[in-house]
Amino acid sequence: MGINLKNAAFEGWRRENGRMGVRNHVIILPVDDLSNTACEAVANNIKGALAIPHAYGRLQFGADLDLHFRTLIGTGTNPNVAGVVVIGIEPGWTGRIVEGIAKSGKPVEGFAIEQNGDINAIAKASRAAYRMVKHASRLKKSAASIQELWVSTKCGESDTTSGLASCPTVGNSFDKLWENGNTLVFGETTELTGGEHLVAARCRTPAIRAQFQAMFDRYQRVVEANKTNDLSESQPTKGNIEGGLTTIEEKALGNIQKIGKKCLVDGVLDKAEAPTHSGLWFMDSSSAAAEMVTLCAASGFAVHTFPTGQGNVIGNPILPVIKLTANPRTQRTMSEHIDVDVTGLLQRQMNVDDAGEALLDCIIRTADGELTAAELLGHREFSLTRLYESA
Amino acid sequence: MTVHFCVHDEGDSVGVVVVEGIKSGQALNGWIMDQDKMITFNAKSDIPIGHKLAIRAIPAGDTIIKYGIDIGKAVKDISAGEHLHVHNVKTKRW
Repeated sequence: MGINLKNAAFEGWRRENGRMGVRNHVIILPVDDLSNTACEAVANNIKGALAIPHAYGRLQFGADLDLHFRTLIGTGTNPNVAGVVVIGIEPGWTGRIVEGIAKSGKPVEGFAIEQNGDINAIAKASRAAYRMVKHASRLKKSAASIQELWVSTKCGESDTTSGLASCPTVGNSFDKLWENGNTLVFGETTELTGGEHLVAARCRTPAIRAQFQAMFDRYQRVVEANKTNDLSESQPTKGNIEGGLTTIEEKALGNIQKIGKKCLVDGVLDKAEAPTHSGLWFMDSSSAAAEMVTLCAASGFAVHTFPTGQGNVIGNPILPVIKLTANPRTQRTMSEHIDVDVTGLLQRQMNVDDAGEALLDCIIRTADGELTAAELLGHREFSLTRLYESA
Repeated sequence: MTVHFCVHDEGDSVGVVVVEGIKSGQALNGWIMDQDKMITFNAKSDIPIGHKLAIRAIPAGDTIIKYGIDIGKAVKDISAGEHLHVHNVKTKRW
């Protein structure tokens, strides 16, 4: 007996723009690295406010700057966020991010440090954060169909058990969610190398296939232009190799199991771009865990599924990350990081359909508010993708 | 019965060890997943969990097949039952 997704529901927060969130964060978002200290001070002053420090935001330009704004605005706009306090070194770029988030209709206020100093900026921003946490704490949950849940996926510290079992488990649940009309995303452009033809064959239309192929080919040119060897120890990573993965082709074929057997690729996204309709989306992205999950959050996804082999410990400040493993050693030595144990798949004690159901059950419980391992352990990795050097 | 290694497809050249502590000479139970068949095989190396063993002899230069698909090339002769990894197999890409 499987979960009937048509009737399945969760209780979350309906945001001003109509999207359903599964968490109710008030975030203190720096525009730039210089504003991290003030953001952390505000989060320290006001309990329930969460600072999201990061390393960038100065002298970026062109497409790299566009991506910076898109990622920060997308993070603030994510439905798991109830309200946002933005702090930047100067008012111009701070205002751009505030305006971008304000389009979602949610509470957002911006503060600049220049002509205030940290102490005055922190005082003003703390009062705004105080009001916003108060506001967020008054918001009531409401029920929504599971179909409204946006679910992302990306694997990490993969090994051969990922391709045998934990990625097929995600694939099984993605097939079911896709048939249910959910909005889904996968990415990791270089990590399709050797299996890119399989993804191309799953694109719904020739136009989508051409867009996917162009994104894949562009990323290959980046590798070709900058590589100093065959990328062994980078892609696959040293951890992947420890876990038994030998080549990028082998890693890619395991990775691709996450899109199941039925899902078609319904569209492609640039980094941190939001889907415009339901279905499975491919996002052109890094394969580094924190970068990719950060981009999923910025694209508006509300729950993330993360298969791991050797035991990646990643979380995200606003996007709950559900981890699953099929590696019995990882389950034995790192169980506090694992939400769904699918080790039974490799001993024929469960089948992939049962495993997919167990993951769906965890996705629904997480959407309903149950904390993930990464949340309990305080993992809040937030990593911005850069396209090239600052000016 | 303990499954010691898994093979995605019966046409594959490799299996994946899924238990800890496999020693050279050990008799192994293998599960071919796509065809749902069991086979037995003797390991010719100590093989860590997650690592691969060749389930047929593979001459240097030959393609390694896993999931029924090309995952790289042998850069040394590999005998059946031997540990197969970065020391004897390389990518064909990059």
